[in-house]
Amino acid sequence: MKVWLPRSNQVDWIKAGLFALCLVPLARLVYGGFANSLGANPIETITRSTGWWTLFLLMTTLAVTPLRRWSGANWLLRLRRMLGLFAFFYASVHFMTFVWFDHWFDVAEILKDVVKRPFVTVGFAAYLLLLPLAATSTNRMVRRLGRNWQRLHRLIYVIATLGVVHFWWLVKRDVTEPLLFALVLAVLLGVRLFQRAREARPSALA
Amino acid sequence: MLIKKPSDILASEITPRALYSRRREFLRQAAALGLAGSMLPASRALGQTAGPVTEQGKLPKLPGKPSALSVTEKATPYKDVVTYNNYYEFGTDKSQPAENAHKLKTRPWSVAIDGEVKNKKPIDVEDLLKLAPMEERVYRMRCVEGWSMVIPWVGYPLAELIKRVEPTTKAKYVAFTTATQPENMIGLRLPVLEWPYVEGLRLDEAMHPLAILGFGLYGEVLPNQNGAPVRLVVPWKYGFKSIKSIVRITFTEAMPKTSWNVAAAHEYGFYSNVNPAVDHPRWSQATERRIGEDGFFQPKRKTLPFNGYADQVAKLYAGMDPKKFF
Repeated sequence: MKVWLPRSNQVDWIKAGLFALCLVPLARLVYGGFANSLGANPIETITRSTGWWTLFLLMTTLAVTPLRRWSGANWLLRLRRMLGLFAFFYASVHFMTFVWFDHWFDVAEILKDVVKRPFVTVGFAAYLLLLPLAATSTNRMVRRLGRNWQRLHRLIYVIATLGVVHFWWLVKRDVTEPLLFALVLAVLLGVRLFQRAREARPSALA
Repeated sequence: MLIKKPSDILASEITPRALYSRRREFLRQAAALGLAGSMLPASRALGQTAGPVTEQGKLPKLPGKPSALSVTEKATPYKDVVTYNNYYEFGTDKSQPAENAHKLKTRPWSVAIDGEVKNKKPIDVEDLLKLAPMEERVYRMRCVEGWSMVIPWVGYPLAELIKRVEPTTKAKYVAFTTATQPENMIGLRLPVLEWPYVEGLRLDEAMHPLAILGFGLYGEVLPNQNGAPVRLVVPWKYGFKSIKSIVRITFTEAMPKTSWNVAAAHEYGFYSNVNPAVDHPRWSQATERRIGEDGFFQPKRKTLPFNGYADQVAKLYAGMDPKKFF
């Protein structure tokens, strides 16, 4: 199929634009914090919002490869690292609200929560797993790890799943949003399996 | 005009036959509209507003005399009390009840009384308002989710109503039912909970001086999102037990089903007394965030047993294992 192939400097512009876009949720929260427009429970609003955007950005990183394979727009791959690091960024802010506003840096209380509350356990695990991915996101690391880089970064499937389960387990009763994320994740993972199966079959046109 | 010839009456002046044949109905409607228009200020007195209420001064006054049972802590700002609500009949987001509850029809309203009771006559809310003198009760309110407020309610003890309807000797519990108005409540479309919302108390809990029927807050009639026109307030239990917009009170022999217990029995018990030592299966109940106070620069505060009302209510549960009867 015909696909737009931007020149290298055009992709840079796209990346710059995407960078600015990814900062908008943060900007809205910061502005809202000062304007006192985050509602009666601003900490809950911030925690919820940063968590949601983490999941959303994780899903976009998972959408890159299926989109690439389907459309042939390989340049999309150049956006994936930024999306992944922004997911890590929002996850870090989200984690900070837990450590700071919920527990005031009380390590004993934090560990107690991690151990006793299943939804905290999976959320904490997802965040821990994001750390090596963020640390090995540089070009140098990609070169140094070689084939193992691909293997390590497949952890994103586990991380995204843990993130969805974390959301599902913390909701009191209305599982609409976690369910939607679960469906999106199922589609994005399912498409990969489907594309993998298709490539495995010898094509009559090959 | 003086009609001398048939052509003096213009064709355009002739009343259409359809309207003429319904002329009496037309007149009745015009009269009703005029009456309704003249009653507009009166309807506001009945607590109906054209749109959402998010600030003080929009609802009729409902003063209450101060009570010794009030706490002296700082009350949560009105705006927070009326825009941060769990009232799933109007949506599951905290901001949705304030946005949608103005559609609730609060007049005419009567509360049915049935079950193990002598006086089964329904009571109109206008009569409920006059049943006993209004008091201002400033109470702590602790939500099971881990946040809390201090709210200056206006109402009177539930015991005043119970005394007058005379429960029989078989009555051991009191059950309450919230209104369901499908045309006005968008949340009813989803079975988030089984509708109608029901709650219940043991009879001695219901007779306790702290348990009140609430009709107002901050010296004004209740905004719809806070459970207008009449609700329950039981401050030593988690907030979901303080059922809103009551349409039925039933006295029962057996422990009544309550909506959150039906939804998740291992998470929400019948008693649901505030207890920092008994965690929700999925989160801790040891601390709470006081809305409007605890925030970015203040840690969450410790939750108190029975929400700080232990001195007054702990005796109701003497000998009951709180981990079993949660």
